[in-house]
Amino acid sequence: MSDSKTTITVWIFALTLLAGLLVLPQLLSYSQREIAVFLIINVLLVVSYRLMTLTGEWSLGHVVIMGVGAYASALFSKRLGVPVPLSMFLGASTAGLTAVVLSFPLFRMKGFYFLIGSFAAGEVIRLIWKYFTFPFGGAKGLNLIPSFPDIGWISFFDPVNYYYLCLIVVSVSLFILYRVERSRFGLTFHALHWQDKLAESVGVNTFRYRMLAFTLASFFAGLSGALYAHYIGTVNPTRFDVEEMVYVLIWAIVGGTATFYGPIVGVVALTIVNDVLLRALGFDTIRPMIYGAVLIASVLFMPDGLESIFPKLKRLMMGRKTEPATKSEAGEIP
Amino acid sequence: MTQPILEVCDLSRNFGGLLAVNQLSFSVIPGTIHGIIGPNGAGKTTTFNVISGFYAPSSGHVTYLGKDISGIRTDRLAEIGLIRTFQGTTLFNEFSVIDNVRLGCHVSAKSGFLSRLLGADRESEAVATKKAEDLLAFFNLSDLRDEEASNLPHGHQRALGMAVALAADPKILLLDEPFTGMNPEETARMMTLTRDIRDRGITVMLVEHDMQAVMGLCDMITVMNFGSLLTEGTPKEVRTNPGVIEAYLGSAHHAS
Repeated sequence: MSDSKTTITVWIFALTLLAGLLVLPQLLSYSQREIAVFLIINVLLVVSYRLMTLTGEWSLGHVVIMGVGAYASALFSKRLGVPVPLSMFLGASTAGLTAVVLSFPLFRMKGFYFLIGSFAAGEVIRLIWKYFTFPFGGAKGLNLIPSFPDIGWISFFDPVNYYYLCLIVVSVSLFILYRVERSRFGLTFHALHWQDKLAESVGVNTFRYRMLAFTLASFFAGLSGALYAHYIGTVNPTRFDVEEMVYVLIWAIVGGTATFYGPIVGVVALTIVNDVLLRALGFDTIRPMIYGAVLIASVLFMPDGLESIFPKLKRLMMGRKTEPATKSEAGEIP
Repeated sequence: MTQPILEVCDLSRNFGGLLAVNQLSFSVIPGTIHGIIGPNGAGKTTTFNVISGFYAPSSGHVTYLGKDISGIRTDRLAEIGLIRTFQGTTLFNEFSVIDNVRLGCHVSAKSGFLSRLLGADRESEAVATKKAEDLLAFFNLSDLRDEEASNLPHGHQRALGMAVALAADPKILLLDEPFTGMNPEETARMMTLTRDIRDRGITVMLVEHDMQAVMGLCDMITVMNFGSLLTEGTPKEVRTNPGVIEAYLGSAHHAS
């Protein structure tokens, strides 16, 4: 009884969200529409990053991997004349392939060492872009990247149309990532995080599963990079430097990584704070400072991330009439 | 005499200058409970870790079902039915009890990437869940199905650890000190469970300090001292062996 009730609530919530996302660009100014496009792309980036963190390894190379997707897709379409939708897929695949190759040196390390190793690997890739003018365009990067081809009268130069395109691509990607997490793969990734030796003893090939998580995360990060490159038309090594990576980390930490929606909440909340409120007030140049302050505040006052608010809200709303809280809070949130 | 399921041949393992296991040989008969005992530092756990693939042997080899398995990775050994447990309570603490055992079904619930994505693995997952539930029933844990593993009392956690190992369909099960830290009641229960496991046709090999449990449970015992084989035999033979008594208690000469 209450089950069907929850299902209905979930459906109503999902449909409202969808309607909201569809109507959203119509309510925004031109520059805000552009922000919305980047926001959707960043949602994919940070959700793919979370898949990686399920295995317990935090990478500092994720934004560079996004860059690999962006560069590869740009090069495929610009230099080889591959149609843009296909080149986006190829770009994402290149990012995934890069992860496969990087797995061999990187997964010899764990924890802090992996973090540093992934940072170093990312810097090597960035230096390769900087150093080789052909084909990567050196420090200036690539420009005049072909944009997404028009479909009939729909021009993807218009941010509203590109927003809808990104919405479709990202929704499908998120659905795939969600399915992966809910399947046995997700269970195994979690298992690697908490007890990799025990997982090994029942037959889990830990290296292969770490590689799988890394590759999947990288594929979708690469896809987000490709979406970015063909919209903005130019990529350069600085766009994918470690400062950008720190923003991804902050989105993930402020949102929380225990749930699928945590990082999404994080990136949406911080984008609103940064690009809407601060820009309106004319403070957008102090973004790093605000982000730093938000990070410290969230670690101090909300160590489980913004996601931890929702169960509390739900309990408040369903609240007192049902049951006294069944479990201790510490038990629910790992 | 039947073909041994596991055979250790002239096995040595050293860590730098320390010789932890020295020219050790013994074999395990299928369908038995085989114990390895010895004073602290005798090299029991190292032997265990070499057999289960955590360390490669420095020399010698391990044969399992007629196949040389020395130096093969733990997860590959698990696939062919050699499963180990760990000292103490090593569990996926953050998982529910059922998910712990479900993860143990890793090998039998294999499925492709796309079929997982599309939900075509539903059938094999249902089989895995059923198997996990049966195992929980076997260990009397069914009531705790959805409890988080870390909330379980110690004895139950140890039982759950065995359930996870059994979910991986072992032909031979290596138990690393299964009775440590248990009260007599829990030990007795665990001994019964271990016998039940053997009666399911699974060979059991265990390393243990609890003499009473080992003597009461094992069909065969290998005694180690200073990394080498001291003696081997039935509990009765081992108990009366003067060498064993000396290794544990010191000789009359030293005592005086």
